[in-house]
Amino acid sequence: MSDNAVDPDEVRHIADLARIDLDEGEVERFTEQFGEILAAFEALDEVPETDRDADLANVMRPDEVRDGLTQAEALQNAPESEAGQFKGPKVS
Amino acid sequence: MTGYNGYIATDTIEGSDDGPLAGRTVAVKDNISTEGVRTTCGSEMLDDYVPPYDATVVERLKDAGATIPGKTNMDEFGMGTTTETSAFGAVENPVAEGRVPGGSSGGSAAVVAAGDADMALGSDTGGSIRCPAAFCGVVGIKPTYGLVSRYGLVAYANSLEQIGPIAPSVEEAAELLEVIAGPDERDGTTRDASEQVEDYAFADAADGDVEGLSIGVPTELLDGADEGVVETFWDAMDELESQGATYHEVDLPSVEHAVEAYYVIAMSEASSNLARFDGVRYGKSGGYDGNWNESFANAREEGFGEEVKRRVLLGTYALSAGYHDKYYKKAQDARAWVKQDFDEALSDADVLASPTMPVPPMKRGESLDDPLTMYLADANTTPVNLANLPAISVPAGETDDGLPVGLQLVGPAFGERTIIRAGSALA
Repeated sequence: MSDNAVDPDEVRHIADLARIDLDEGEVERFTEQFGEILAAFEALDEVPETDRDADLANVMRPDEVRDGLTQAEALQNAPESEAGQFKGPKVS
Repeated sequence: MTGYNGYIATDTIEGSDDGPLAGRTVAVKDNISTEGVRTTCGSEMLDDYVPPYDATVVERLKDAGATIPGKTNMDEFGMGTTTETSAFGAVENPVAEGRVPGGSSGGSAAVVAAGDADMALGSDTGGSIRCPAAFCGVVGIKPTYGLVSRYGLVAYANSLEQIGPIAPSVEEAAELLEVIAGPDERDGTTRDASEQVEDYAFADAADGDVEGLSIGVPTELLDGADEGVVETFWDAMDELESQGATYHEVDLPSVEHAVEAYYVIAMSEASSNLARFDGVRYGKSGGYDGNWNESFANAREEGFGEEVKRRVLLGTYALSAGYHDKYYKKAQDARAWVKQDFDEALSDADVLASPTMPVPPMKRGESLDDPLTMYLADANTTPVNLANLPAISVPAGETDDGLPVGLQLVGPAFGERTIIRAGSALA
């Protein structure tokens, strides 16, 4: 197991992909922990290839109009809304 | 509220006047939607989120006449084994002072153990009902995947999680399961199990009759477990044997890799499921302007706790280009292997038995700084979720130090009546 399996830049890159900002303390802790956790996940290399014989089937329902949330209900948890619509951050 | 911090909110929701649960209280984990009552998932992100609808299980509780006395504390978004990651503070174990109640349904198990609710609902993604049931000395059932509707459960890892009951006795847990089980047109992953489970009747299976029951004991799940836990487990097995059951050892080689596979799959699904919390439609908004991605990233930094960030990031990593085959695909292979192993072991045993947790309840604060050690504590419970099977945790007794130990019984798909019958011989 190598402590350098993950470096701070890689953690920052993943955080960027996941859209979560991290402070420097978190980057430092996660860099160390991810090295250890990902090394433990390497145990999966020993797993034999297995037939997955699951008989999966799509479950569909008829596409019929039915009652849903009202516009007011759909908006009730939005931090900001305007004219019956969700309001997101301004694009710079 | 309670001294051990079991509830996040104590809004009372009254059920109908009569029904099988009339006059009884059923506390509900705070990741299960309650119309008009705050549902936080133990997260700052959903601090003031009020669902506009009820989860199917909540509708069924109300129809059955239950009173919901409050929403129970939990690890944030169900991520944890100790109920210490809640944004609303850690829960204490009401029956083992200074110890954790287990997680992530720790609040639900604690309010039942303390007698502050007659029963409770939890959710189990990798052991989150069975672990706190074991640590608090009560009964918990993780149903077969598809038996209970997940409509209205805030998703963490939807291919693994099920809602299930926690109660003081097996019979009461079975009564609660009877109320919430059954297909739901709003959840396409529910199954009509009426061929295997006639009338969805579970409570009458709790008759304590284990005469002729064949129990398989996977040796892998005893290796490395705490000595006091193992001793208590065998005492309970002797008890079952004295009541007419027989046991034999079985081999489940795949379980050695199950916990790693579980975490890769759960974290991957979490990274996708939690993407919806961006502070626009719901969730904490940072109130930032500018680049959307940066604005969302700021809101998510503030709204999520550290364990949630850790899992979302690891899941993003496992699914990212170049690593998908190494982690996620291998984890799916392991999942298929675990299923095969369980099917084989259950072809010549009625149920499989192990300690629910390999360790007694940890001291508070002990595992927070070491996520890997905490993840490994889920070794006995996670294989069951990978295989989508039903399992029950019943109190097996106490260690010499007086700490509760749980015994886990795993059954075949939709074999709830079998595990309930077997478990009722002990509790």
